[in-house]
This record gives sequence, C-alpha cells and structure tokens, in this order.
Amino acid sequence: MIGATRLRGEQIPVKFGFREHTEETFPSIVGDIPRGALTEIAGPASSGRTSLLHSLLANMTSRQEFCALLDVENTFDPESAATAEVRLSQVLWVRCGGNAEHALKAADMLAQGGGFGLVAIDLGDTPEKVIRRIPLAAWFRLRHGVENTRTALIAVAQQIHARSCSALKIELSCQRTLWRGQLPGCFLHGLELAAQATRNHCAQKHTFTVRR
Amino acid sequence: MFACLHAPGNLTLLVECAAHFSPLIEETSTGTVVFDVRGLERMFGTVEQLAAAITRRTGVSANLALAANPDAAAHAARGFSGTTIVPTGRESAMLAPLPLYLLSGSPEFARNLDLWGIRTFGEFAALPPLGVAARLGEEGAHLQRLARGAGQRQLRPRVAPVVFREERELEDSIDLMESLLFLLSQMVRDVCERLRFYGRATNELRLRLKLERAPDHTATLCLPVPILNAKVLLKLLQLELNERPPRAPIERIHLELAPVEPRTAQHGLFFPPVPEPEKLEITLARIRGLVGAANVGAPEILDTYRPDAFRMRILTPSKETNLPLRPKLALRRFRPPRPAQVWCTDHGKPTRVFSRVGGGAVSACAGPWRGGGDWWTPEVWDRQEWDVEISSIGVFRLSRDCLRGLWLLDGNYD
Repeated sequence: MIGATRLRGEQIPVKFGFREHTEETFPSIVGDIPRGALTEIAGPASSGRTSLLHSLLANMTSRQEFCALLDVENTFDPESAATAEVRLSQVLWVRCGGNAEHALKAADMLAQGGGFGLVAIDLGDTPEKVIRRIPLAAWFRLRHGVENTRTALIAVAQQIHARSCSALKIELSCQRTLWRGQLPGCFLHGLELAAQATRNHCAQKHTFTVRR
Repeated sequence: MFACLHAPGNLTLLVECAAHFSPLIEETSTGTVVFDVRGLERMFGTVEQLAAAITRRTGVSANLALAANPDAAAHAARGFSGTTIVPTGRESAMLAPLPLYLLSGSPEFARNLDLWGIRTFGEFAALPPLGVAARLGEEGAHLQRLARGAGQRQLRPRVAPVVFREERELEDSIDLMESLLFLLSQMVRDVCERLRFYGRATNELRLRLKLERAPDHTATLCLPVPILNAKVLLKLLQLELNERPPRAPIERIHLELAPVEPRTAQHGLFFPPVPEPEKLEITLARIRGLVGAANVGAPEILDTYRPDAFRMRILTPSKETNLPLRPKLALRRFRPPRPAQVWCTDHGKPTRVFSRVGGGAVSACAGPWRGGGDWWTPEVWDRQEWDVEISSIGVFRLSRDCLRGLWLLDGNYD
C-alpha cells in the first residue's frame, strides 16, 4: 500500500526502517498510528506537521470514515487539504478562535460521542505558554475518552506536551527546502524532513520529502 | 346510499355542508362532492326527508342527487338540476337520458361513440357488453357499467392535512428555564407520539414563545436527518434556549414539528462506523454553543479563484474510495493574513521580510504569480504571490495586495 497510512486497532510495536529519500517513505513513518490512543505530532513551522495531518485525514476519509479537526488558531486550509485528497465533506472542522480550552472540550465531546475515525487537535500555532497551561489531567481525560474505541486521537503542536499520555510521539524537523529550476525562474518543490517516532521509549529516525 | 352535491365554484361551501352529514366526503371534482349518508334514515326519516334536510343545509344553489353508488349519484347530480333521488335498481332507467360527455371518457372513446351515433347513457348502456369490451377495451366496459348505474367502488374520502402542533396558554407566566423545559418535554413527547402514529419523523422544529410585554421569541432547529426521538429533540431545544434564552416571562408556548418521511438506513457489516446522527447532532449543538454556529461544519471550497474562499456545510459521506497517492505539501493559513514589512530588489523581488510571525533575510523565493478577480463587484481583488524561504523561520506564502499596496503573509508551508 504505497502512499497510504495504515491505521490499526491493535497496539503492535512497529519496526520503523530507514528508507531512501523518496516521497513514498512519508506514510511509512506513521504506518501504525494507533486507534484508541493519543498520538502527538510536534515540530516547528515548516516541519511537515500539517502535511502529515492532511495525509492522515485523506487516508481516513478515503475509507469513508468521518474525521474531526479542532482548529485552535483557524489555520486549516481547505484548498490545500483538497489537494492532498482529503474528502472535505467528511471532515468536521471546528474553528475555536484561539481558545485551546474550547478545543479540548470539543475533542472530549466528540470522543465521548464516538463514530469518528480520527479526532485531531491542531495547536500548531498556539503560543507555547498557553499549551503549557493545559494540565496533564486534561490529556489523560482525552486519552481515556478514546480508549477502547476506534478513534485515533492526534494532537499537533510545536513541542511534545502530553508526555506519558501519548502512545506515539512523532517529532518533525525540516532539513532543507527543495526548489526546482534555476533562479530567477524557480518553483517551490517541497520540503525535506526528518522525523523521529517514539513509541514505548524506542525511537526511530527517518528522513523523507513532501512535495507540492 | 350516497349523496352528491354539485355546484361549480363552490367546493368549500359544499364540503362544509357535507361535513354536517358525514365524515366520509370525497371531493370528486371542482364543484362536486360525494358523501356517505348510509344510516341517516333513523335521524332524518325517509330518503326524501334526508334530501330536504341536505337542501336546507346547503347555502348555495346546488344540484343534489342520492343513489346507491357514488358514481350514479355523481352523474345524476351533474346531469339533472334540483334534487334527484335514484331508486335502487332503477339506476339504468334514471340515468338513460343523460348526455354521454358526463362519463368523462378519453377523447378517442368520445370520438368513437360519436361516430357510431351514440349520444346518451341509455344508448350506450343498450350496446352488447361483449362487443363494447372487444372494440373499446377495458375503459369501454368500465364506462358502460357506469352508464348503467352499476358502478362499484369505495369512496375516496379526503384526508384533512395533519398538523403536528402543540400550543399551551399559561395561566401564570413562567420565567424559569426548568419550568419551561418541563412543559416543553410534555409537548415534544405528545407531538412525537402523533408523528409516530402517522409513521412520520421530523427535520424541522419551530418554537414560538409569546413573551410578556416583549416581542415573540422564536427558535427554529433544522436537523440534517429526520429524527423521532423526543429526548434528542428536547435536548436540542434546551441547548438552543441556553444559548439564546427568552428575554421576558413566557405567556404562551407554540411548538410545531414539520413532518417528513422517517430515515431508513441499514448499515452494512463491513462498513466503517459513522457517528450516530442523533448523538452527533447533540454534540454539534454543544460545540456550537462553545465556539459559535458559524465555526462548525464541513468546509466546501467555492468555485472561484479568490484565495481562501470556502463555506461551511453539513457532514455528508463521500462516495469516492480511491486511496490518496502521496502526501502533499500543506499550507497553514494565517487568518487574517499578517501584515509584513518587505524590502525588495530593484526588480521587485523580496529580500528581507519582517512581521509579527518573525522576520529575516529571504534566502530563496519563487514568484510572482499574479491573480485578480471580482472586478465587477465592490470586493475586487488583485494580488501578487511569492513563495519565500525566510532564514531560520520557515517557508511562507507572501502576497502583495496591489490595490492597497500592502504586503501580507498568507500562511506557512508546513
């Protein structure tokens, strides 16, 4: 299954392997996003967090599952998601107007309601001091909300915050920007990224590219 | 025994008159009603006395006919003026002089009989039934039976439109939410029971509260799927009233549910689970209460070149099942776009960018791409876009609003 993210119900330790720098390696990083657990995706700006999230949404919606995106800073770009083949009609987009507390409450409600394949909280542009104020108990509550369900809970931020609550932590960083052509007529071609996936204290490193 | 009243253009009055004698009323055509008067002999006496009572009750000049079957009564009322009583067993003889156009056959049937020289019910009834069936088919045989006054059919009584509405006039006005919800729960349950009785569900709930010395408070809940669960409807009402409570004590409650066909869906064993519509609607109502109704929904991209043009719709399953091929570089939009200070070369290429997001020298850039549109509206737009890599910050989409001369950071490639 090239270019698709596999989501499994069971918790199986995954052996990530190093791959060549090809575009197909990106999904293999997140090959086993666990359902019924919290996964954290962290990284600074231009580190591929959103591309990874869109890839997950595209994969879920292509299986006719419904997804929810709790967008704290209202940064979701539907056009860019549609390019990544996300079925927008199956994505519940909640714009929280900069209020992280509302996003966590809404995530809790959706997790309790059930039926969603993926619930993502996008805290990617939320100031770190705001996220640090979220108590660990809130993350635990969210984790318990999705436990024993088929919902994969994803949190996107600049740093890892949920610590032991998350079953999988993916830290991303940008290696270099890829431009095609010679100046002055060049185009933005993509980003070369590095990812470190940590599960059960075992970290695996990968490098891959996302292209426009 | 059936009675027929015929007065063109007075259908409402005829129905009103017929309703005094029978609940089974058929609106046969505009200006003709047929109603069942069987069993009224005990109340009114003979058929003649019954006919006289009906004539007295009719407020307008109308033809009245009483016959053993609805069709004979209808033909007699249309064909004879005044009151006509068709004795049982003598229908054929009574109807014989009536003109044939009263049978309302097809144009071909009328043309054929006209060519044969048949003009009246009696002449048509006298033809051999087998020959009529052979030449005119089933329609001919049926119309011949009607011409003989031997029609056999049930009345098709009109059904008054059922309104699923409850209204409560309160002796003392109420100003507590608990009291209001207590009354609403009874009303919603009653209307839902009625809906269930008629095999209907609802997708729209309208609530109107008459307030004391204040304009009416109205609330309309439009549901994406038909629902027939009183608890769910009450919860949705409660969330709506919590969000927009009435501003004064309530004197009267008016509740109306729009009836629709109930939802019939059977999920396959191998389909992924989807949120239960009733539960999802309550969850969404709660989330709308938190973040505002305009901020919840499924995005739909508008058919325009204007950047960031979308609207919110309801969640619907998509039929496409093809797997995405590869991940694509995504853009995180800044809403609203961040104003930026930009230094450019002589050729207009950005070299240094500063904004609230951060700033620095531009290490690489691509562009410009020009775009514009809506010049025929007040919302005209004209812009140049650049993809810029700002050292140690990231890759951004930078745009220049050519109309206002502003530089803006639209978003961050992530």
